[in-house]
Amino acid sequence: MKEYTFSGRTWVITGKNNEIIPDIDTDQIFHNAYLHITEIEKMGQYTFDNLEGWKDFSTKAKPGDIMIAGSNFGSGSSRQQAVDCFRALGVKVIIAVSFGAIYKRNAINSGFPILMFADAERIISEKKIKNLDKVKIDLSTGKLTKVESGETFSLMPFSKVQKDIYDSGSLLNI
Amino acid sequence: MNHTVIEKIFRRHSKEDIKPGSIVWISLDVVSARDFGGPNVVKNYRKTYKDSRVFDQEKVFFTFDLTVPPKTIQYANNQQVCREFAREQGIKVFDVDQGIGTHTFMEEGFSLPGTIVVGTDSHMNILGAVNCFGQGMGDVDIAFGFRFGRTWFEVPETVKVIVKGNPRSDFSAKDLTLKILGVLKTDKLLGKAVEFYGEAVESLDLSGRITMLSMITEMGGISGFIPFNLGTREEIKKLNGLDDIPEEVRADENATYSEIIEIDISDIEALAAEPPYPHNVKKLSQIGKVKVDFGFIGSCTNGRIEDIEIAWNILKGRHIAPGVRLAVVPATRKVYAEAMERGMLQDLFKAGAIISNPGCGGCAQGHIGMTGKGEVMISTGNRNFPGKQGDGKNYLASPEIVAHSVLNGYLSGELN
Repeated sequence: MKEYTFSGRTWVITGKNNEIIPDIDTDQIFHNAYLHITEIEKMGQYTFDNLEGWKDFSTKAKPGDIMIAGSNFGSGSSRQQAVDCFRALGVKVIIAVSFGAIYKRNAINSGFPILMFADAERIISEKKIKNLDKVKIDLSTGKLTKVESGETFSLMPFSKVQKDIYDSGSLLNI
Repeated sequence: MNHTVIEKIFRRHSKEDIKPGSIVWISLDVVSARDFGGPNVVKNYRKTYKDSRVFDQEKVFFTFDLTVPPKTIQYANNQQVCREFAREQGIKVFDVDQGIGTHTFMEEGFSLPGTIVVGTDSHMNILGAVNCFGQGMGDVDIAFGFRFGRTWFEVPETVKVIVKGNPRSDFSAKDLTLKILGVLKTDKLLGKAVEFYGEAVESLDLSGRITMLSMITEMGGISGFIPFNLGTREEIKKLNGLDDIPEEVRADENATYSEIIEIDISDIEALAAEPPYPHNVKKLSQIGKVKVDFGFIGSCTNGRIEDIEIAWNILKGRHIAPGVRLAVVPATRKVYAEAMERGMLQDLFKAGAIISNPGCGGCAQGHIGMTGKGEVMISTGNRNFPGKQGDGKNYLASPEIVAHSVLNGYLSGELN
């Protein structure tokens, strides 16, 4: 049985004015300069190294962290490395307002948990969730809980296909 | 029946009930990988499926178009991993001499009306120009496709975009594309298919359709379609050399759309996308006199012979401004050959251009070079995200604008 609940620190990918950054494309996540890299364990160090304000993410992230990003996260290219680099850092779940279409497939098909959080922009701008808050996330219900205050937020839970692939570990095991 | 184009293409490739939002299994007509993505497709494949054969040797391809020829040992090794796998499996490689994979598929007749073609290229949806559903995918997806020739797909909703306003002869397909991108931005089509209607889009020739539909990716969309005009079918047949091609898939008259958007283009003028986003579209007149250092003509969006011809007509007999560089990269070998035979390359060379072998050109730290900090690039490409084409700023525009800009030395839509 795969794990369905995770607890961890949050990283909220915000820019100027503490607004969550929309349209982060795959070249900002994992720049094309590193596309020759094919080993997952070598990918982590380059995560976000082309995203202003987040270039040191790989040194700050710890295994177990949970990330919250803006709309259209992972737009742009089809590179799997833009998903795998987070796996390499031990990030457990990526939450975003929405995902680029190919990015969404790549995460689902490689069994990496992603969840959509339509209300994230407002929640973040109201500072209800901040960097390094401790949260708990349940993938099957989509419930996000702030550990300290017990406050909860509703995210879109796993879809059926997402669950099936996640349970098998990867589309390749189906 | 009340289906949109993509729903009808899915219906031909699936036994399941096709309705927006449902997840269905579809069969794939072509499954491909490039020099990026390809090595990990092979890695995934070998690890999971060992020596099992790909689902169909005639339907699986590699297309090397990004780092061509490979400029580092790592890229050379990665391409060789793909070649060795291809030899073992008996599948074809369109190698580093060939040019852009999607364009090769159109030229070789592997993407035809009503078919589904997937690959490790986020601009596969270019194939919408020939009424084919093209979808970019990552290496896990493609490894599965190599083996089984099918995949799951969430049937997307379709947005109908009606382009209003009279087409004028003095704007290009790229201006039209940017105009529409500037209106739709990245949220209107996110995760959706789109159909375009209206004289301005329906009158586009094949190269104009390629330009328009390639940038559905930058609009956040899945894939786009434009109904064929009276000449489109012949253009496709001329391109791929086939005597006959399947009928175009058209939407049913009462097809259901998630949204209908009207865009009035009557005020269109020369446009450019200001960095750092493709949807950051401005009128050239608003941007002002920006000095340019580097011009690029090519890419999957504007690398056809028609695009090069436009630039040639402006540049021949002239010379680019002092201190400015211009790179021209034909999309494919076929385009290169025609440009050479018609004397375009010679004139472009004399105008001061760097002309390279066919391929993607710049998009992936490509072989044609990048910009340094403080430099400004004017490009016919489709992405200007930070760092995508170097440390400099990158404006996106039509071949006309790039040609005029490199002659004048600053961003401009006409000759000084």
